[in-house]
Amino acid sequence: MIPLNWWLILAALLFCISVAGIFINRKNLIVLLMAIELMLLSVNMNFVAFSRYLDDMAGQVFVFFILTVAAAEAAIGLAILVVLFRNRRTINVGEIDSLRG
Amino acid sequence: MIETWSDLIPLLPELFLLGMINIILIAGLFIDEKRRGIVHFLAILTLVFTAIITMRDFNVLQRYTALGGMFVRDGVSDVLKLFIYLTTAVVFVYAKHSLRVSKLFVAEYYTLVLFAVLGMCILVSGGNLLTIYLGLELLALSSYALVALDRDSPSASESAMKYFVLGALASGLLLYGMSMLYGLTGSLELAVIAKKLASGDLPPILMAFTITFIVVGIAFKFGAAPFHMWVPDVYHGAPTAVTLFISSAPKLAAAGMAFRVLAEGLEPRVQDWAQMLGFLALLSLVIGNLAAIAQTNLKRMLAYSTISHVGFILLGILAGDEAGMAAAMFYVIVYALMSTAAFGLIIALSRAGFDAERIEDFKGLNQRHPWFAFLMLVTMASMAGFPPTIGFFAKLYVLQAAVDAGWLWLAITSVVFAVIGAYYYLRVIKVMYFDEPEVDHKISVPGDVRSVLAVNVVMLLVLTIMAGPLTRLCEQAWY
Repeated sequence: MIPLNWWLILAALLFCISVAGIFINRKNLIVLLMAIELMLLSVNMNFVAFSRYLDDMAGQVFVFFILTVAAAEAAIGLAILVVLFRNRRTINVGEIDSLRG
Repeated sequence: MIETWSDLIPLLPELFLLGMINIILIAGLFIDEKRRGIVHFLAILTLVFTAIITMRDFNVLQRYTALGGMFVRDGVSDVLKLFIYLTTAVVFVYAKHSLRVSKLFVAEYYTLVLFAVLGMCILVSGGNLLTIYLGLELLALSSYALVALDRDSPSASESAMKYFVLGALASGLLLYGMSMLYGLTGSLELAVIAKKLASGDLPPILMAFTITFIVVGIAFKFGAAPFHMWVPDVYHGAPTAVTLFISSAPKLAAAGMAFRVLAEGLEPRVQDWAQMLGFLALLSLVIGNLAAIAQTNLKRMLAYSTISHVGFILLGILAGDEAGMAAAMFYVIVYALMSTAAFGLIIALSRAGFDAERIEDFKGLNQRHPWFAFLMLVTMASMAGFPPTIGFFAKLYVLQAAVDAGWLWLAITSVVFAVIGAYYYLRVIKVMYFDEPEVDHKISVPGDVRSVLAVNVVMLLVLTIMAGPLTRLCEQAWY
């Protein structure tokens, strides 16, 4: 069996990649939404790995709920993206800076 | 697992609310613009009846659980829920005027706000990490959509996008913390987690790592510095009716989440998270109060003022004992009342095509409308924490709890920054009373907004005389 640590390290790496994707990305908002999805998936991997090694079903049930919420979240995120594009004609992260202070 | 149907009785208020939301959702499709007042009336009626059902078996000292410990009803959740209903009903009254004026009077506003209320109720009643997560997301997703309600406004859609990205990041961090907590303790149930943490010798580094993620997630949702970036943009960009909602009731729910997760689940680790909250509270007080001074937009100024108020709420929570929690709860209830009053006054002074959101718009208000100027005076004095108002007592209780728990240096710093913060509240009062009015349009406010506003602000004064019952309620919920 693959040791638990390997799974945790993989999940942590994916999590770091997604956080970096959110902060470093200066070009495209869609990439940002993808990074958010990746973050939720890395958490799912954590939950499944723990659930398997603890021999407890609750973690896997949690994963199903996260997947459902992630779908709803993506829907709302894309809806806001469409509204934003209609108003501003851009989805470049660097150009969306009219509110500050 | 549902053993019997009586197991569902603690959930009755939420089930009723859910049913009514669906009715309003469908009714909203068929009611045309002229009769949309029906939706407004129905939404307020829903909140009133949900409050009545909650009151029916309201007992501060009793604790019920349902759905195998997933859903908890106790004094803390019930008191918070009743105030969530109250502030949301007040929000509806103010919002109607604002939505009419800005041509956004749509049924979606009511459905989304009520869904957010449902999310908040689940959140403050969560006995399991799963229910807390689901309640939080229901609240958050409804709020994102609400901010983008004005589809033709570039600033609203921009702030909605920022809110969405940072909110999703916060959920991700919180979830990662939850998954680690699950791995360490082997359970999602807060009561079991607390028991495991109290008995087990878990690796301290991993534990600190886990708690950091959870505290950061909660701080994001609260809007505590340094995770406050979304607050000013959302308050500024969103339609005033939405800002009014987001600034009031969700803070009660965020406090409820902190109570559930920190004071219940992570209670044995109070040493670890109290340090982090101390840091967050300090930064919130410094950044909130200093940045508010520089603002010329009243909505943005109130956003930074919210951040400093969050600092005070955290000050109560980090005391870690019952007295601190009761003080934080009292503070957050008072804050919700003050915030609805302040945004209600902004709405009252707005008219078609003009949002009274700059501080200059309040110039010479005393000459134009002395009564509203007086109401604003009381609200600002209460936010600053001047003695005859309830805001003073709220700060006093929190400081007392923090000092008793040994956080003397933080209490002193917070008083210093509260004094600095008084400057920008006083500036609004100065502008209203000592400057000449620049515009001279007639202020016409519907009767319901006028009367609810008067009651809301007078409450800030009257509650000081009758603070006893409210403080006792908060204390009984905790002891």
